[in-house]
Amino acid sequence: MDTLNSLMDGFGTALTPVNLLWAALGVLLGTAIGVLPGIGPAMAVALLLPVTYGLEPVGAFIMFAGIYYGAMFGGSTTSILLNTPGESAAVVAAMEGNPMAKSGRGAQALAAAAIGHFAGGLIGTVLLVALAPTVADLAVDIGAPDYFAIMVLAFIAVTSVLGSSRIRGLASLLIGLTLGLVGLDQMTGQQRLTFGSLQLADGIDVVIVAVGLFAIGEALWVAAHLRRRPGAPIPVGRPWLGRDDVRRTWKSWLRGPLIGFPFGAIPAGGAEIPTFLSYATEKRLSKHPDDWGKGAIEGVAGPESAASASAAGTLVSMLTLGLPTTAVAAVMLAAFQQYGIQPGPLLFEREPDLVWGLIASLFVGMVLLLALNLPLAPVWAKLLRIPRPYLYAGILFFAAVGAYAVGGETVDLVILLIIGLIGFGMRRYGLPVLPAVIGVILGPNAEQQLRRALQISDGSVTGLVDTPFAVTVYAVTALLLVWPLLRKLATRGRRTG
Amino acid sequence: MTTRTTGIPPAPAGERRTWLRDHSELGVCVLLSVLGALVLTDALTMDVDITQRGPVGPKTVPVVVGAGLLVIAALLAVDVLRGGRGEAEGGEDVDLSEPADWRTVLLLTGVFLGSAVLIEPAGFPVAGALLFWGAAFALGSRRTDRDPLIAAVLSLTTYVVFNNLLGVPLPGGPLMGVL
Repeated sequence: MDTLNSLMDGFGTALTPVNLLWAALGVLLGTAIGVLPGIGPAMAVALLLPVTYGLEPVGAFIMFAGIYYGAMFGGSTTSILLNTPGESAAVVAAMEGNPMAKSGRGAQALAAAAIGHFAGGLIGTVLLVALAPTVADLAVDIGAPDYFAIMVLAFIAVTSVLGSSRIRGLASLLIGLTLGLVGLDQMTGQQRLTFGSLQLADGIDVVIVAVGLFAIGEALWVAAHLRRRPGAPIPVGRPWLGRDDVRRTWKSWLRGPLIGFPFGAIPAGGAEIPTFLSYATEKRLSKHPDDWGKGAIEGVAGPESAASASAAGTLVSMLTLGLPTTAVAAVMLAAFQQYGIQPGPLLFEREPDLVWGLIASLFVGMVLLLALNLPLAPVWAKLLRIPRPYLYAGILFFAAVGAYAVGGETVDLVILLIIGLIGFGMRRYGLPVLPAVIGVILGPNAEQQLRRALQISDGSVTGLVDTPFAVTVYAVTALLLVWPLLRKLATRGRRTG
Repeated sequence: MTTRTTGIPPAPAGERRTWLRDHSELGVCVLLSVLGALVLTDALTMDVDITQRGPVGPKTVPVVVGAGLLVIAALLAVDVLRGGRGEAEGGEDVDLSEPADWRTVLLLTGVFLGSAVLIEPAGFPVAGALLFWGAAFALGSRRTDRDPLIAAVLSLTTYVVFNNLLGVPLPGGPLMGVL
């Protein structure tokens, strides 16, 4: 009951005219960003971090959450109509959605995706409401050693679950940790990696790192390999579904969240794995096996529903433990830091207005998104025709605005460009960007928790593992580390046996 | 492993160049080890704080990170020499079948640096407009009637939104002084 009351209070916050406006702006921006090629939700939130200087936290987070959910809705439009998915999570939508569009069933594909996102987001957010306060209660007395354990888990998970090469993931993480070291040591005021420069003594602002890696790096990378003729989107009418389509898809919409939500909550790369799993599940359960590969509507409905539910799962870990499991969550965590708010179990006690307002606004945003996307899909599809020079020039422009707004210093723009060039090199040589961002955001915090934990235990290393919570987290971390080894042994055993 | 494991093989210059191009990822290893050495040196030359409590002081984490960078650089070098390659990132507007267009990247970098230098003397509206127009030009847009107009409107709008509505001060420059 307590939760329901808090949620009602949250609706009170979310439904004020100003916050409704932020939610509407968020979902509009999010959908546009999802449709636009080259911009992902993480880059969008990173580019918008400067608004945190002028906006109160509730409004800013309502807008960011709207962008996250909206980008999920918009992303499938690009996949279905253009067959060039920008994010790995949208690959699945293209596999069945694009053949549907080619055979003249684009309207149905868009409708199946939009309703799938609505169903997935709704179920996911209901699960978030049900689970988050419980998780927060369980975690409420975790201390420095436990926080450190969670951050170690985040570091290991982000480098070994994502991407194809652990070495490259670790290299990226270490680059991020190095950038996070620059500045004054938080506990002793010792200068580190500042080379006597006053500017560097303040550290490199997280906004600059996030904008540099996500926006500048991406814009330069695309510029080096710009497709000379962007693909032409398939024209489409208003999305709608016939009775037969609904009969085929309603179970897929309901199954998707069951796969998506848990995967969103653990550090396993967000929507990428659950969308593929949902696709495989739907394919196995389908009563129309011949349609697959030629445009099976269940193959759009299930994975899209899973994708949105995974976004809700991501928010559970971020709000209750301060553990970012996706790039968007990492950048939102940076926004929390800008406000001096520490997400974690205490967030629900200290900032109930913010948390519940944010959660309630997710429901509001979902309704807005369904209303925006079903009738307006053809209008959104027009965004795909934007001239690419304007798009990427615009990204560079807003990146510069954001970095300059941090402190009004020209040198910040130069640092931004250098980090952007690092981001460019990382994309060229297959170093994933996310571990670096997680390293910058969590690194300084992890060091502080480590040192605090060791102070409490008076220097004894056992102080790091003296709670059941920390031991459990380390066990999970160890499992992640040896998992590929075990799998290799298992397949080898099977081959010889 | 029987593949080439040491240095550059004795081969004609042309072959050597293609070998280097194929193994350009070794440059990443060099950069990582330079960074690692830098972090380690900085940490080890740090003045030791006497009032430090516990075994972990301001030096510990930098030492671990610096050593980690050196180890990873070595591991990556081994991986590259064994034939491992980092996969270049794809995307909606990315065409990896053609070689990288360095001219555009250099032009964009130049435009960005130029605008950064101009932002204080000339003000944000001017520098921002030049940044947008210059970047669009570098990316291949040649609409001299439309591009500057879009750039000017975008830059002025952003200036007003940030400076007057969000309360984030941006330098107006002489232009805003006149207006």
